[in-house]
Amino acid sequence: MIVAEQKPLDEIRDLIADAGKVLVVGCGTCVTVCFAGGEKEAGILATSLRMASKLNGNAQDVTHLTVQRQCEWEYLDPIEEQIRQAEVVVSLGCGVGVQALAEHFPQAWVVPGLNTSFMGLPTEQGVWEERCAACGSCILGLTGGICPIARCAKQLLNGPCGGSQDGVCEVNAETPCAWQLIYDRLKAHDRLDLLMEIQPPKDWSTSRDGGPRRITREDLRLVAEQVE
Amino acid sequence: MSAADQVPLQIVAYCCHYCAYAAADLAGVLRLRYPGEPKIVELPCTGRLDVLEVLHAFEHGADGVMVAGCLEGDCHFQVGNLNARRRVAMVKDLLNQIGLEPERIEMFNMSSAMASQFAAAAEEMTARVRTLGPNPLREESVS
Ligand code: SF4
Ligand code: SF4
Repeated sequence: MIVAEQKPLDEIRDLIADAGKVLVVGCGTCVTVCFAGGEKEAGILATSLRMASKLNGNAQDVTHLTVQRQCEWEYLDPIEEQIRQAEVVVSLGCGVGVQALAEHFPQAWVVPGLNTSFMGLPTEQGVWEERCAACGSCILGLTGGICPIARCAKQLLNGPCGGSQDGVCEVNAETPCAWQLIYDRLKAHDRLDLLMEIQPPKDWSTSRDGGPRRITREDLRLVAEQVE
Repeated sequence: MSAADQVPLQIVAYCCHYCAYAAADLAGVLRLRYPGEPKIVELPCTGRLDVLEVLHAFEHGADGVMVAGCLEGDCHFQVGNLNARRRVAMVKDLLNQIGLEPERIEMFNMSSAMASQFAAAAEEMTARVRTLGPNPLREESVS
């Protein structure tokens, strides 16, 4: 899932400072399950903004709603009227949700209420960890299902580096060394031979280095779009 | 006494069914005297405490909120009171960011037999809120 956390209230207040009417839009998918931007968080943010603005002597009319998924047009159509009435829209979606709102409602001024952090999973209740960096060319098949792109601080393909100490990464004592994890797992599966093959430099053109990415599936496109 | 001392205070007391609510009940049976400001809202367990509801209480003019649960380690639902304690800490942080004093909310723990502790908690919270003064949002919301 996409993992995010809420921006400090002061930063959000600055982003909406000149608005009288504000709409907070939560998202019912990834950011709901990481407790950053779901219905409950949208309610808490809207209430906090109302209270803070009143205390400041400049009461803002802040309401909130939540859509099932902010990153698809069809879920945004039903809130068109509420968006139109707001001077500023605070999106509690991930960065994709913010941009989907801005793109779908060009007349609306949309600001982010979250910092989108990473793609990861909850390793225990209340703790989320990064697992994938969307490099566009997955090598988990070589590394026993442990990603050195997202989990090794140096993104090494032929690790570990010399800083790996007792299973811990030299960059952060709280982070297990990804390459130690890879070694342990390959050993447990009797596949250490996978490590003997030296990996050539990764082709980063499928990742961010290749510029914005796009996937087109002709088999899924609507026939009307295909008419030349 | 100044005029501020005369303003009736509104304190919402979220009390769990098994301990704090029973302690309040016992305080009544024992005819213990304590301030009348705390208005009790019974929860099945303080683990039911909802951050948004607490914020709404403050938004609509509550001057203080006390949350009273079982003694730590003795929660009828194991850890509901520990969850509540963390939520109270979260509300304190939110109040701070919003611009209200975090001292306006506090967590208390007591068993169902501790009637005098309930009365003492009510006293303490009322005195504290009296010192802080009325919630500045109150005048705005109650016209
Ligand atoms: S190798 Fe690339 S696609 Fe696979 S998990 Fe790692 S970052 Fe994600
Ligand atoms: S210690 Fe391990 S995880 Fe950290 S940079 Fe070196 S190889 Fe990567």
